[in-house]
Amino acid sequence: MSTAHAQMETKWWSGGKSPFNVEYGKLMMWYFLMSDAFTFGAFLISYGTIRFSQNYWPDPNEVFNAFPLAGHANLPLAFVSLMTFILIVSSVTMVLAVHAGHKNDRQGVIKWMIWTVIGGIAFLSCQAWEWTHLIMGDHSVLINGEIKQMGTTVSMNPWGLAASVTGADGGHVTTPGPVAFGGYFFGITGFHGFHVLSGVGINIVMLIMAINGTFERKGHYWMIEKAGLYWHFVDLVWVFVFLCFYLI
Amino acid sequence: MEHSIQEVTFHHEPGGDEFVKKVIKTTVLLSVITIIELGLGLLMYAVPMASALELFIKGVIVILSLAKAFYIVGVFMHLGEEVKNLIMTIVLPLLLFVWFIAAFLYEGNSWKNLRNTYKGTPAVTSPAQQHVEGKH
Repeated sequence: MSTAHAQMETKWWSGGKSPFNVEYGKLMMWYFLMSDAFTFGAFLISYGTIRFSQNYWPDPNEVFNAFPLAGHANLPLAFVSLMTFILIVSSVTMVLAVHAGHKNDRQGVIKWMIWTVIGGIAFLSCQAWEWTHLIMGDHSVLINGEIKQMGTTVSMNPWGLAASVTGADGGHVTTPGPVAFGGYFFGITGFHGFHVLSGVGINIVMLIMAINGTFERKGHYWMIEKAGLYWHFVDLVWVFVFLCFYLI
Repeated sequence: MEHSIQEVTFHHEPGGDEFVKKVIKTTVLLSVITIIELGLGLLMYAVPMASALELFIKGVIVILSLAKAFYIVGVFMHLGEEVKNLIMTIVLPLLLFVWFIAAFLYEGNSWKNLRNTYKGTPAVTSPAQQHVEGKH
């Protein structure tokens, strides 16, 4: 009776066991991700502070309303929704790769890792398009009584309040918006994009190792699990980047 | 020998098809939450509304995002299946964010209020300076 009870309630700290019941690398991956969460958190909170200190801030629905090949159609948030879904789906294929790894199913791991890598590259391509569109976009802005054309960069923000004049062609003219907008947008989405890029790199290495049969020789697919944790974290961060820059 | 077997006791293998079903369910849930968030975001864009109502909707979107984070960490990253002490070493430090967010957003708001009520540098009024000027 008493032995049965002892087995039911494992004494993790009585010695001879791994108290957290995880492999070293996985535990350290968790702690790395926690520290990375603080880095992203600090960036996003800094952005929030500056945004709260401004009387006016651009409406994301107006800034992010373009879609590739859709010309000047007003499609607020459509493209970023697509990016969000790509990242969620690539997170799901990663879960399935880890799951296949638990079953030592090499073909399954290879198949799902390929899809995950494709998802990551697709996301990065979308981001490249979005950045290019923002930087290269021409918007009429009234500066010192003159109408100038500008895109969104770290030092220029055309998304200010409407100006009292209209352009020569009768187009919409704005005043310059808060400069911090571009810096925070490109800085934070860039830092996240860099995480996606390194995640794609890690996933490609995992894929090659799976194809070469490295994990089969090791007898386990724990490395896929650790790469998976990193990849899910990238998706997790995007939830908050999406929230802070596009939704509210 | 028995010792080394006990040392490594990870057995987190989630059940076969049952787990895949759970993943699909979670994916659908995440997608639905995202669509609701987008709907609310577009609602704020399309319908002019009082700023208090807008703030409320934004609060709802934040809570929905936290729900998404909970599902990603709990289901995709399997944090819920780890030993409780491990979960606590990850989650408890993150509570620092509560103060971190509250303090800094309050600070930002304070900057705005100070700037908006700032009337410019006051004209020279201190007697000492008037005295110096008078000597010229």
